[in-house]
Amino acid sequence: MKRGSRDYVLWSIGIVVVLAFALIPVIWLISISLKPPNEITDQRFIPASVSFDNYKSLFEGGIDDSPFLKPLINSIAIALITTVVAITLASFTAYAIARLEFPGKRLILAGALAIAMFPPISTVGPLFDMWRALGIYDTYLGLIIPYLTFALPLAIYVLVAFFREIPWDLEQAAQVDGATPWQAFRKVILPLAAPGVFTAAILVFIFCWNDFVFAISLTSSDASRTVPAALAFFTGESTFTAPTGSIAAAAVVVTIPIIVFVLIFQRRIVSGLTAGAVKG
Amino acid sequence: MEASTANTPTHASSRTRSERKLAWMLCAPAVIAMLAVTAYPIGYAFVLSVQKLDLRFPEQTGFVGLDNYGTVLGSELWWTDLFNTFLIMVISVAVELVLGMVIALVMHRAIFGRGTVRTVVLIPYGIITVVAAFAWQFAFASDSGFVNNLIGSEMDWFGGHVSSLVVIILAEIWKTTPFMALLLLAGLVTIDEGLYEAAKVDGASAWQRFWKITLPLMKPAILVAVLFRTLEAFRVFDSIFIMTRGAQNTESVSILGFNQLINRLNLGVGSAISVLAFLIVVGIAFLFVKGLGARLDEGRPGG
Repeated sequence: MKRGSRDYVLWSIGIVVVLAFALIPVIWLISISLKPPNEITDQRFIPASVSFDNYKSLFEGGIDDSPFLKPLINSIAIALITTVVAITLASFTAYAIARLEFPGKRLILAGALAIAMFPPISTVGPLFDMWRALGIYDTYLGLIIPYLTFALPLAIYVLVAFFREIPWDLEQAAQVDGATPWQAFRKVILPLAAPGVFTAAILVFIFCWNDFVFAISLTSSDASRTVPAALAFFTGESTFTAPTGSIAAAAVVVTIPIIVFVLIFQRRIVSGLTAGAVKG
Repeated sequence: MEASTANTPTHASSRTRSERKLAWMLCAPAVIAMLAVTAYPIGYAFVLSVQKLDLRFPEQTGFVGLDNYGTVLGSELWWTDLFNTFLIMVISVAVELVLGMVIALVMHRAIFGRGTVRTVVLIPYGIITVVAAFAWQFAFASDSGFVNNLIGSEMDWFGGHVSSLVVIILAEIWKTTPFMALLLLAGLVTIDEGLYEAAKVDGASAWQRFWKITLPLMKPAILVAVLFRTLEAFRVFDSIFIMTRGAQNTESVSILGFNQLINRLNLGVGSAISVLAFLIVVGIAFLFVKGLGARLDEGRPGG
């Protein structure tokens, strides 16, 4: 395609439109979070003046009084614990599915897929009742368990797709060359498997980070409420001020790290998201 | 006696047997975990749905058969909410498919900044749905939003049924189109470039090449992407909860279930809604697999 040709211009416009489509809401959030409280309602896309008051109000009062700090810690802890547990369990399963022959393999894959498609609203009621009876309502465990349900199928699918690509023969080759089984695993297989495991971990983390239905149904206080649920309960400084500014600031704080993450690991996330979507 | 039976070993060798045992041991923890947290609660939802169980009146409990289902199916609210859910689902998935295809083609043919486009497109995927819903709500809010300022209107977007749904659908589309585009792109890159060259030689226009080559060859990828997004869109909850809390008749099935289960603590009627939602999802999946021939074993779970 030549520069200046009609096609070139059309595709360029296409690229610009796609970029604008993806970025405008994010820029808008940043812009509203930087507006001083008295300019929040000025309806301008770009703030007339910049202030960090909204960010300061998020962290005021430390861990006990800040409406944001405890939920942020909860979100990070719950997402991390779920990710570690899900990836560990899913690695065993994915290894078996990718490398061993056994009846029931297809059934496990089909079952995992079916579970991933369940509407969360179908399990929220029973879990609410069970968790209250078991005393794990409004605890970390009460959220980690349902997150595992959806994290495991996701992790199994991504890991199976990656593990199938690993040249496992290298493990034997290394042992023939005099490596112990442990050395063969650590020096040969682990480096080959690590990128896939890491990709699955990113996707599982983003999934847990994003959940809202379980988070507002199975929590009732800052003891375990995560950021998405806490945002829905944000209140303004007084009953007469809308919490728009502080919500926008909190939204930016939880979004920027994920965006940076996505930017750095873009290639891996794309391959993980589309893993298994196309045979090959 | 068929000839093939002669090839089947009468009993597995000890090596295959130990391999099986190892495989089952490796799979057991994940399989048990998945069954315990889905199959059991779904079964329990069935049990709850045939009982009178309102936590505000704990003394009045008991088996009521299908009464709760009668209550749900006989209420106008259920049918309004089901209609809303299907409306949001059909419009957002249809728009996402077209937009996703355009974005996939742009990414595939990007003449410059291919990496940039791919990365930027991923941003909505990484953003929390609740956060995206707030961004769009603030943008359309009549007091603080830039949209009214931009188009020079005084519209109260969240004051009407249709305009509220428009913003909700817009937020859904924004958040999930990247996922659709990436799945479609994965299908697009598998198409042999030689086919396009051959068609060009034969004088096919770009439009013809798209309709006669790209679309038919991408059918499996499209079906899987559309199935996943349809089932995900059926669950729509976060955007509605943040933007309207169901006001202006914008409730979805998930919002209705949440209101009954968690707000009103009516576990009996709420569970009947849960079970109905579950059955509808099974029905949609069945329709795609049997009716349209979607190949699920080529699919992947949503993220």
